[in-house]
Amino acid sequence: MLKDEDRIFTNLYGWFDPSLAGARKRGDWSTTKEILAMSPEDVVEVIKASGLRGRGGAGFPTGLKWSFMPKEVKDKPHYLVVNADESEPGTCKDREIMRHDPHKLVEGCLVGGYAMRACAAYIYIRGEFYNEAVALQKAIDEAYDAGLIGKNACGSGYDFDVILHRGAGAYICGEETALLESLEGKKGQPRLKPPFPAGVGLYGCPTTVNNVESIAVTPTIMRRGAEWFAGIGRPKNAGPKIFSISGHVNNPCNVEEELGIPLKELIEKHAGGVIGGWDNLLAVIPGGSSVPLMPKSTCDEILMDFDSLREVRSGLGTAAVIVMNKQTDVVKAIARLSAFYKHESCGQCTPCREGTGWMYRVMQRMVRGEADAEEIDTLEEVTRQVEGHTICALGDAAAWPIQGLIRHFRPEMERRIAAHKAGQPVTAVAQAAE
Amino acid sequence: MPKLTVDGVEVEVPPGSTVLQACEAAGAEVPRFCFHDRLSVAGNCRMCLVEMEKAPKPVASCAFPAGDGMVIHTKSEVARKAQKGTMEFLLINHPLDCPICDQGGECDLQDQAMGYGYHSTRYDENKRAVTDKYMGPLVKTIMTRCIHCTRCVRFSTEIAGVTDMGMLNRGEDAEITTYLEKALDSELSANVIDLCPVGALTSKPYAFVARPWELKKTETVDVMDAVGSNIRVDARGAEVLRVLPRLHEDVNEEWISDKTRYACDGLKRQRLDRPYVRRDGKLQPASWPEAFAAVAGAMKGLKGDQMAAIAGDTVDAEAMYSLKRLMGEFGSTNLDCRQDGAKIGGPRAGYLFNTTIAGIEDADAILLIGTNPRWEGSLVNARIRKRWMQGPVSIGLIGAPVDLTYDYEHLGAGPKTLSEIADGSHAFAKVLKAAKRPMLIVGMGALAREDGAAVLAAARRIADDSGMLIAAAKDDDGNEIAAWNGFNVLHTAASRVAGLDLGFVPGADGRDVAGIVEGASSGAVKLVYLLGADEVDSDFGDAFVVYQGHHGDNGAHGADVILPGAAYTEKDGLYVNTEGRVQMGVAATFPPGEAREDWKILRALSEAVGKTLPFTTLEDVRAAMRKDHPSFAAIDTIEAAAWGEFGVAGATDDAPFAYPVDNFYMTDPISRASKTMAECTEAFVLPKREAAATGTNG
Repeated sequence: MLKDEDRIFTNLYGWFDPSLAGARKRGDWSTTKEILAMSPEDVVEVIKASGLRGRGGAGFPTGLKWSFMPKEVKDKPHYLVVNADESEPGTCKDREIMRHDPHKLVEGCLVGGYAMRACAAYIYIRGEFYNEAVALQKAIDEAYDAGLIGKNACGSGYDFDVILHRGAGAYICGEETALLESLEGKKGQPRLKPPFPAGVGLYGCPTTVNNVESIAVTPTIMRRGAEWFAGIGRPKNAGPKIFSISGHVNNPCNVEEELGIPLKELIEKHAGGVIGGWDNLLAVIPGGSSVPLMPKSTCDEILMDFDSLREVRSGLGTAAVIVMNKQTDVVKAIARLSAFYKHESCGQCTPCREGTGWMYRVMQRMVRGEADAEEIDTLEEVTRQVEGHTICALGDAAAWPIQGLIRHFRPEMERRIAAHKAGQPVTAVAQAAE
Repeated sequence: MPKLTVDGVEVEVPPGSTVLQACEAAGAEVPRFCFHDRLSVAGNCRMCLVEMEKAPKPVASCAFPAGDGMVIHTKSEVARKAQKGTMEFLLINHPLDCPICDQGGECDLQDQAMGYGYHSTRYDENKRAVTDKYMGPLVKTIMTRCIHCTRCVRFSTEIAGVTDMGMLNRGEDAEITTYLEKALDSELSANVIDLCPVGALTSKPYAFVARPWELKKTETVDVMDAVGSNIRVDARGAEVLRVLPRLHEDVNEEWISDKTRYACDGLKRQRLDRPYVRRDGKLQPASWPEAFAAVAGAMKGLKGDQMAAIAGDTVDAEAMYSLKRLMGEFGSTNLDCRQDGAKIGGPRAGYLFNTTIAGIEDADAILLIGTNPRWEGSLVNARIRKRWMQGPVSIGLIGAPVDLTYDYEHLGAGPKTLSEIADGSHAFAKVLKAAKRPMLIVGMGALAREDGAAVLAAARRIADDSGMLIAAAKDDDGNEIAAWNGFNVLHTAASRVAGLDLGFVPGADGRDVAGIVEGASSGAVKLVYLLGADEVDSDFGDAFVVYQGHHGDNGAHGADVILPGAAYTEKDGLYVNTEGRVQMGVAATFPPGEAREDWKILRALSEAVGKTLPFTTLEDVRAAMRKDHPSFAAIDTIEAAAWGEFGVAGATDDAPFAYPVDNFYMTDPISRASKTMAECTEAFVLPKREAAATGTNG
C-alpha cells in the first residue's frame, strides 16, 4: 500500500488550493530551473531509469518513447502533445488532475518538452471537459504570468509555450494520430503508422504524444529521483498510479495507489468494498471499457499491474476498475460497450467500420437470447477478424470486451439462447463463471 | 536496396518501395481496393493485409515500407484469413444487386470476392442503405454500394484540385458525398467513375446501356483537344457507347477530360450520312457521282489562285495531306489549317510543346501566356498541378484571372506585361532567370490575334533570355544534364500540329484564312474547300463552297456541296499532338450511311476532276506522306525540334489576351452535337456566366 509521503497527486481530491500559490506549497515548480539545467539526454535517462510506463493505456515505457525523438532540432520544430482527451468509459483520472492539480501537468509539459527539445506543448483536452479546460487554462495563465513558461521559462533561458486546445467530443480523437489530425483542423481519423509521430507528427514535425498522468508525474520523478519511483510497485511495473474505481462498490473513487496492489485490497480499502460483499462480485473490468473483463475467480488473487493483468488475458489499460456484482446483466453490459464502439468508430477502415456494427447487432440479440448457439462462435470469429486488422486500436478495443465475455460467460449466453428457444422468459440471472 | 523474401521468392526493390510493390515485384498477387498508384496511400480498405514474420499482426502492404530482411507471406493462413475477413466485412453491407449494376463484369469487388471471399455470408442482420447523392450530369451514384475506399475523394482533392468531395459522419454511418450535394465542378470529374472499384459511382449517360463483354474495344486517340489523350473506344455495332482512358505515362497518364469521355454521344446526332448538293438554293440529297460532278463542274476552268482550302481542327493528317496534294495539282497555294488565324508556323520548335507534357514535372518556373490550360488542355493543366503538388514552383499567368486549381501569380492581362518580362523590367523575369528549368506556355489566346507574330517573338525572346534552352551536357561529376527547351505552344486543335508539319499553310503568295474570306467576298477566290472546317466565318460570298466533314455544323450550312466524311472514331488516321507526338487513331466503327473515310473521298474526287492522286490504299498515302514529311515516320516518339527564328518582332496591341475557349464543353462539331455536353454546359458553364453577368457570384 502506498505511503502518504509517496503520493504524487496530493491534491487529487481538491481539498487544497489548486492555484499556483497552492501548487507551490505542495512542491510544484520548486526546482524546475535546476531540472532544466540538466541536459535533455539526462532528463530522458532519469525517466527511463524510473521505469515509468505510459499511463494512457498501452503502458509503453515513457522514457523510451521520449528517446525516439530526433537528438537535435533540424529544420522542423519538435512538439509535445498531451493527450487530455480522456474518454475511455470508466476513466476519470486525468479529469481530477486537471481540475485540482493542473500545475503538475503544466510543469510536466515544460520538463517533458525540454527533454524532447520541443518548442511547445499542445494539450488536447476533451470537449466535454469544459470546467477542466477553464481550470487548466487558469493554471497555464498563472504559469505564464509567473514566467514559469513562455520566453525564458523559469529563468532557464529555454523558451517554451503551452497551448490548450479543446476537442469536440469524439472518442477516436484520443487515439494519438487522430488527435494530431484533429489538432491540425482535420477530421479526426487515425493515420497509418509508420511513419510514427516521433518522425512525422503534428504538422509533419517530430512529435510525441503522452497521456496527462504520464506527463504530470515527471517533475516529481525528477525531483525525488528515479530510484524512488522505481522502488514503488513491482519490477517493470513501477510507481504510483491513479485508479478510477466505479460500478458496484460502496464508495466509487479515484485513488493513487502503487502498481501491483491486489485488486481485492484496492476495492476493499479504498472503494468501501463490493456492494453486497466480496462474494457478491461477478466480474471486474480492470482497465477501462476496452479490456476484457475478469470473473470473480481471477479477481480474488490478481495484482493490479500491466504484466499481471496481461497474464490473465486482460490489461491494466487506464486502470479504470469497473466493478460488477451479481445483480449485473453482464451480457447487456458488454452489449452496451459494443454500442459505444459502434458509435465511436471513425469509419475509415473496413474491419472496424463494418465489424463494430455487426458485433453490436449480434450482441443486442444475445442479450435477448435471440440467436443460435453457433452464433457465439461466429461472433467470436468476427471479433478475431476485427482485432489486429485495423489502422488503430479501436478495433481491438471493440473486440476485446466481447472476447472476454465469451471466454468467461459463455454458459450464460447459451442459457439465454436455450431459454429463448424454449419460449421461456429470458431473465438476467447472473451466474458465476466457470 | 532492401532485399526481402515474398512467398519464398527473394526480391530486391528500390529504397522507399512498399511491401505491396515488393510483392508485385515477386509476382505475388495482393488484392486491394483503396490503393491506387497515382493517389496518396490511404490504407483504409485493409484488403492488402499480408503476413510479415516477426510482426505481431498482419500489415497493410500498400502502406508498409519494405525493409531489408523482411519475410512476407501473401498466401499463408494468417494472410488469407485477414483478406477473407476483410472481404466478408466489405460484403456484409454491400447490396447483392450485381445483376442490375453497371459495374458488373468490370467490378473489382466482384472479381476479388471470387478470389478472396467466403462462399456464403454469415451476416443475418439488415443491410445498410445509403441515400444517393447528386454529383452532376456525369456521375451517377448508388451510394449503398460504396465501400468507402475514398479513391474518389483523393482523386478530386489531389489530382483534380477541387475540394468538393469528402466523407461525412462516422463509423458505419460514414458516407461519401459532395458536401453540398452539388455537381463535381471539375473537367476531370468523370475519372472518379473509373477509379471507383465498385458500382457506387457509375457513368450517368452510359447507365444501363451495355455490358462490358458486349463491347468491341478499340484503342485509339482523342481529338477533342491537342493533348492527344490515349483512349479506348467501346462500341457495339455501329454505335460508340463510351470512351475510356488508356494508359500513356507521357501524355494523359490514366485520366481523360470529361469532354473526351462524354462527347461521343455527339457522334450520333447531326451526322452527314449522305452527299448533298445545293439546288435551287437548297441543300438536297444527292449521290456520290452527282456530288463529285458538281464539284468538278465548279472547279472547271479555275486557276490555282482562284481556289482555296481550309482544314479544320479534328482532321487526320492523311486527309490534309491528300487535300494539299490535290490543291497542289491545281497549283493552288491558298491553304490554311489555322482557322483561328493563329500567327504560327516556321520551324517546328516555334509551334510545339517542346518541354513535353511529362517534362512539366521537371520545371521550376512556369509562365502562362494567354492560355487557360484548364480548358484548353485539361491534362496539361493536371500535369502542372501535379508539379505544383510536388513542391515549390513559381507559376505566373498573363491573361484574365481564372481558377487553375493551383496557386499562381497573376502578372497582367495582355502584351504589355509580356513586353515587360521580355525586356527584363518585370519581377517575374528575374524568377524565370533564377530558375533552373524555366518554361513558358503560350496559348492561342495570345497568338490568334493581329499582333500574334509580335507576341510570339516576345515569347521567343523570353525563352532565349531566361535560359529556357539548355543543351545536353555533363556536369563536373560527369552526370548527364538532360537537354531542355522551355518554350511551349499549347494548341487547342488536334489537327493543328499535323497541319503545320504538312505545310498546310499559305505557300508563296498564298492566302491565309483571313485572305481566303476576303478573297471570296471580293470574288478573287471562286471555290473554297472546307475540310472539316467549322470554326471559320462561313460567309464566303459568291464562292462555291465544298464542305467535307461529318457533322451538319457551321461549315456545312453555307456549303454548295457536302461530302460526308468520317469522324475520328470511324477512320484510321494519324494525329500529331501539341508536343509533336505522332499517334495513330484506329477506327472503332464504320462511318454512318454513305459517309466515307476522308482520304478516300479526296482520292475519288481527284479522279472525278481529272487529277488522280497516285495512291489507292491508306498505306500508299502514309508512305507518300512520310516521304515528303519524315516527321510522320516515327509513331509515339518525341524528336527534339531544332531552335530557329520565328515570330516577327514588332509593336503589340494593348488589348488583353482573350482565351480561345469560352465553353469547355462545346468546342467542336462533335461536342456541340452532344446532349451530355449540353447538360454539362447547363450545369457548369451557364450558372457561372450568369453569376458573372449579374455580379451575384457566391
